[in-house]
Amino acid sequence: MELTTTPLPPVIRQLAGFWTFIRRWPVIPATVIAMLIVMGAFGPYIAPHDPVIITNILDRHIPPVGFESCIGTKCKEGSWTHPLGTDHVGRDVLSRIIVGSRISLIVAALSLVVGLIVGTSIGMISGYLGGIFDEIITRIVDIWLALPFLMVALLVVLIFGQSIGVVFLLLAVLSWVGFVRVVRAQTLQLKEMDYVALARIAGAHPVRIILRHVLPGVINSAIVIATLNVGNLILAEATLSFLGAGIPPPTPAWGVLISEGREYIGTAWWQTAFPGVGIFMVVMSLNFLGDWARDRFDPRLRQLT
Amino acid sequence: MQRFLIRRAISIAISLVGASMVIFAMTRLAHDPRELFVPDTGYGMSEEQWEALGDRMGFNKPIPIQYLTWFGNLLRGEFGKSIHQELQVRDIIFSKMGATIQLAIGGWVFAILVGVPLGVAAASTRGTVWDYLSRGFALFGQALPQFWTGIMAILIFAVLLQWLPAGTRGDEHGFDIRYYILPCVVLGWPAAAGIMRLTRSAMLEVLDSEFVKLARAKGVGGFQVIWKHALKNALIPPLTSALLLMAGYLNGALVVETVFSWPGIGWLALNRAVYDNDFPLLQGTVFTFILFYLFFALLADILYAVIDPRIRYS
Repeated sequence: MELTTTPLPPVIRQLAGFWTFIRRWPVIPATVIAMLIVMGAFGPYIAPHDPVIITNILDRHIPPVGFESCIGTKCKEGSWTHPLGTDHVGRDVLSRIIVGSRISLIVAALSLVVGLIVGTSIGMISGYLGGIFDEIITRIVDIWLALPFLMVALLVVLIFGQSIGVVFLLLAVLSWVGFVRVVRAQTLQLKEMDYVALARIAGAHPVRIILRHVLPGVINSAIVIATLNVGNLILAEATLSFLGAGIPPPTPAWGVLISEGREYIGTAWWQTAFPGVGIFMVVMSLNFLGDWARDRFDPRLRQLT
Repeated sequence: MQRFLIRRAISIAISLVGASMVIFAMTRLAHDPRELFVPDTGYGMSEEQWEALGDRMGFNKPIPIQYLTWFGNLLRGEFGKSIHQELQVRDIIFSKMGATIQLAIGGWVFAILVGVPLGVAAASTRGTVWDYLSRGFALFGQALPQFWTGIMAILIFAVLLQWLPAGTRGDEHGFDIRYYILPCVVLGWPAAAGIMRLTRSAMLEVLDSEFVKLARAKGVGGFQVIWKHALKNALIPPLTSALLLMAGYLNGALVVETVFSWPGIGWLALNRAVYDNDFPLLQGTVFTFILFYLFFALLADILYAVIDPRIRYS
């Protein structure tokens, strides 16, 4: 019997290839994050309306495109002028979301970089040196884990006042602990490797050993942790802003938008719903990217989450 | 085991002392606590009153002694008096604690009842639609901000469908289960997601092991293999993490309590302590949360050692 294969039509083959591509590479999450970065960088130029200044209060609570909202006999219909509707004082919701993305982006990025650098260095030093320094660091991490983050954040804001700097510091402190634990554990393993022992015998300075021999071994895990951490940082920032302990008004951070819209939830759902969708899409994409990076760069970490 | 417990107890004591030092330092870093007692009338306080207050509250003693007195008082449950309500902080916290514990237990039960079966189902139907649906549920739970889920749940189930009440514990009706549904589900969802992922990966590992294959080869039914043989051995990671979750919950409850106006400690901390600038009250609540966390962390450790005899602590 002769085996014959009918070749698939080229369109289907292309589609199948496309599907494989999407499954192998995180195309959609990467697109979302790229959009976020563009929005964060050029927000004020992209936004169709002014996000902060109240221009016409009569435009309050215009629904999104395709919706109609009536209060009593007075009805308002959505239009493309305000695709996602307007808030309680007539500001464009879409513009506020676009401009607000900058806050999430900056705060998350800065705290992440600080956490990454500080956490990785402390983790490596603590794991490599061991002894009393290691003991102290482990204790500090334990103590920090015992402190309820949101409560401590509220306490800090109550004492030092509400400002972007305070939020940034709080999030940086939140992020470094995750790095310390993983990096320290890996350094403990790397320390026993022959090539590290050889370097030590050859008389290399501990700083050199840490930078040249330990760092390359832990950097992959650190980057993976970083990707998995950003999402949490963005959520934490939004939660702080929602509770009124985060970014001070009038800056339109996403958490602030949701907290403002909460009072009008019965009449103007769009004011609350869309900023939340924004947070959700960003965090979801970051989690996807994190999982992807973990599987690709560091299969050992699969056990950790 | 005994030595392990002693070591854990010591490290927990260190954590407690350290955490209390952090809080004490913060109270002293910012401003003199006496400023909180200056009346709002606008006339301020005379020099003598200021000094007298300092003597009475012990601010003229050296800092380490102040800390020791303060910490000793905390341990005896003397959190001091609330500034705005003329009540002991301890009494205020006790009166609100019940509501928070109810909420936490509700969310916890939801997380376990949903997370474990979903994890088992996802692992045993790996790669099918059910697997993807369960994982989607987990992804949503981990990426949605809780305060937003809460508001949306109120919009959908309370405002639009009018099935469930929009908030509070409904104390005027006595115990009414309908008031508990939305807050508990919103609180439990992210945790359910975490438990589901843990159960799924543990189940996948166990399902691949020799004894499961042997059970299958002997002809034990698929249902029994999954729910009896495999699940029993895959439950350890989700159960221990569930205990730690309980600790985290008392923290996460802050957000849920705010959204649903739930009369618990978190709501108290935010509305009475933060917005009213009531320092002793906030300090007392933070300390209570720390005690909760350390208690559950210790419990998780003990349980871990008890249910898994393979783990030997040196």
